[in-house]
Amino acid sequence: MAHTVADRQDQEIITPALRQIMSDWSADQEVFRHTHWGKAMMWIFLLSDTFIFSCFLTGYMTMRMSSSMPWPNTAEVFALSVGGQEIPLILIAIMTFVLISSSGTMAMAVNFGYQRDRRKTATLMLLTALFGAAFVGMQAFEWTKLIHEGVRPWGNPMGAPQFGASFFMITGFHGLHVSCGVILLLTIASKVARGHYDRKGDYSAVEIAGLYWHFVDLVWVFIFAFFYLW
Amino acid sequence: MKQDHPADVHVGQQHPISLYLKVWAYLFVLSTMSYMVDYLRVQGIVRWTLIILFMLLKAGLILSIFMHLAWERLSLIYAILVPPLVLLVLVRIMTIEADYAWWTRAIFMGGGG
Repeated sequence: MAHTVADRQDQEIITPALRQIMSDWSADQEVFRHTHWGKAMMWIFLLSDTFIFSCFLTGYMTMRMSSSMPWPNTAEVFALSVGGQEIPLILIAIMTFVLISSSGTMAMAVNFGYQRDRRKTATLMLLTALFGAAFVGMQAFEWTKLIHEGVRPWGNPMGAPQFGASFFMITGFHGLHVSCGVILLLTIASKVARGHYDRKGDYSAVEIAGLYWHFVDLVWVFIFAFFYLW
Repeated sequence: MKQDHPADVHVGQQHPISLYLKVWAYLFVLSTMSYMVDYLRVQGIVRWTLIILFMLLKAGLILSIFMHLAWERLSLIYAILVPPLVLLVLVRIMTIEADYAWWTRAIFMGGGG
């Protein structure tokens, strides 16, 4: 029977964490009192946004699974000819790299924000916004190309008519998020540059804007996997 | 509760820049690998497994390091990560629905639409 008692040490590792959760949720106070209120609110907003994007992706899944016509081959639809050679999905790959790079610069901006390095924070945020704007530009190019090829929300020449509806809805909503993010980043960056947060002594706004931006990148990871690669 | 915790709230987190550059590099490599899945025309179950695997690894890196979830309190982590699990129920329900719609189209509408 000694075996059942032997893992007391493991319990001691697990229980402090559980105890922390218990006290946070049952203290008859605010659960997230240790977190900056803006950050908690941003996370809750992002959670609701997760559900919106998940509904779009689930809707897309339902349409694709129930369509008895063949789904257009995304590798061909999104191919670009470079130097007379068709490279599949290349624009989407570049867009992915641009968005990941913007996430990288944003993460560093947050870090420099906490070091109170005004110039580096503002510059990196500006760079992030530029990457974001480049992403939206490429998306506009992609939309134009597909519209010229006859893709519409109600039909297209390549296959299942539901393809257009999914494409415009999902990438359009994501593009809207990126555009809003660029505006948010420019606003916060200009405040950083003007020393607003130095006077306030609180750079949390940079981290909160960063959360939103990383979320936009996160959503793209799922769109890239399910819509473009699947 | 209006009392602030300046020590908790305003100092924020300090991590070396090299950590972010490393994660950035990992994300680049993972994206390239998922692009190669398409470029090399991997098909079938291997394709879907690889796509999901790379997707989850990328999402994990972004969430834990870039969004600092690895260093947050467990209460916040669970409040964020547990609710989306409900979506799996929605996905399951909709696969049943899609299956039904597909067979209806195949049997009664001659495969059209």
